[in-house]
Amino acid sequence: MTSALVFLAAEGEKENPLIPPWPELVIGLIAFVIVFGFLAKKLLPNINKVLEERREAIEGGIEKAEAAQTEAQSVLEQYKAQLAEARHEAARLRQEAQEQGATLIAEMRAEGQRQREEIIAAGHAQIQADRKAAASALRQDVGQLATQLAGKLVGESLEDHARQSRVIDRFLDELDDKATKAEATR
Amino acid sequence: MSADPTQVLAFETDCHIFDGCGFPAPGLHSFLFEPLWGNADGNGLYFNKPMLLALLGSLIIVGFFWAAFNKPKVVPGKLQMVAEAGYDFIRRGVVYETIGKKEGEKYVPLVVTLFFFVWMMNLWSIIPVAQFPVTSIIAYPMVLALIVYVLWVSLTFKRQGFVGFFKNVTGYDKSLGAVLPLSMTIEFFSNLLVRPFTHAVRLFANMFAGHTLLLLFTIASWYLLNGIGIAYAGVSFVMTILMTAFELFIQAVQAYVFVLLTCTYIQGALAEHH
Repeated sequence: MTSALVFLAAEGEKENPLIPPWPELVIGLIAFVIVFGFLAKKLLPNINKVLEERREAIEGGIEKAEAAQTEAQSVLEQYKAQLAEARHEAARLRQEAQEQGATLIAEMRAEGQRQREEIIAAGHAQIQADRKAAASALRQDVGQLATQLAGKLVGESLEDHARQSRVIDRFLDELDDKATKAEATR
Repeated sequence: MSADPTQVLAFETDCHIFDGCGFPAPGLHSFLFEPLWGNADGNGLYFNKPMLLALLGSLIIVGFFWAAFNKPKVVPGKLQMVAEAGYDFIRRGVVYETIGKKEGEKYVPLVVTLFFFVWMMNLWSIIPVAQFPVTSIIAYPMVLALIVYVLWVSLTFKRQGFVGFFKNVTGYDKSLGAVLPLSMTIEFFSNLLVRPFTHAVRLFANMFAGHTLLLLFTIASWYLLNGIGIAYAGVSFVMTILMTAFELFIQAVQAYVFVLLTCTYIQGALAEHH
């Protein structure tokens, strides 16, 4: 205890609490610079960035939503315009198709008409030819028949009118018979 | 430690009242430390407890902010939230309030560092085992005040020019008329010489007094622990606890005052003279 007091007395002479010893100034400076270096160069910029991000996340979120909305609006208008254009295009195509169809139908009708006329003409020619053939065959037959009939008429007595008419009837029947036969063979 | 004559701590002595032993009152000697390394007598290098606490304290601050801000998240965790609250308090509550947001942004790191540095150095006062406020050694507040002083002088020169600096420092004002020379002289000394001194001493003296008070009641609690003195020792012990709580408050206030003054000085340097 006494030694302590002696020491303190000796110290007290030269120690003024307001006069800093320089090693403590240096250490104080070093300690401060350590903290300042870390905070100013790394840690505070770090947190500032995050605070800025957070501010953006809150305030910027609203701005971003507004921007997105306007963009959506413009896109919608674009789509609407495109849709209208597409409708217009479709209408034009339909119109064109209709026109094309009409001309096609007209063409086909004309073609059909032509073919029908061709067929009719061919039919007419055929009929003409058949008629001619029939007429010549008929003439031949009629001539033959007339000759037969004449032969029969001559062969039978011509006095009786009734008999006469009977011969004719018979002849005509025969003729009919022939006609039906001819029909069957044809 | 027990052999250290400068460590007059209550529990290290057998001295009690009624034992024919005087009260080992705290004093200047309570702020002197035998070097842990080296020799303090000459001009040689040495390393003592306050130096250790200063370096340790700066590591604690860096460690705390490293843990909080090294990988910060937009949605903060608990530690980051606490650190952010402290950071935001200094940034908005002190820097933006005094200097303004536009001009002040540049000085935020300095002021934030100053605040937490001073606060930590003050806090050592009531941290068990350490129990010594580093800022009660004049060297530490003086370094900080010097940094601010150099910044203030260079900033004033840069912003105001030589004539502007002179006007700024002397508080030149034509309307004062005949009193102007006197006012300018006083202002010159006040701003240029007294201000850095008071800036440092304000912090130093508060911590010095606070530590002395704590020591007084702590030592008394031990010293009175004999016979009838025990009752008084109880009172003294309660006072120790109350003063510890009070110191906790004073430490934060002094750190706040220190950075508030720093900001006021910077603002004065930036402001146009009128």
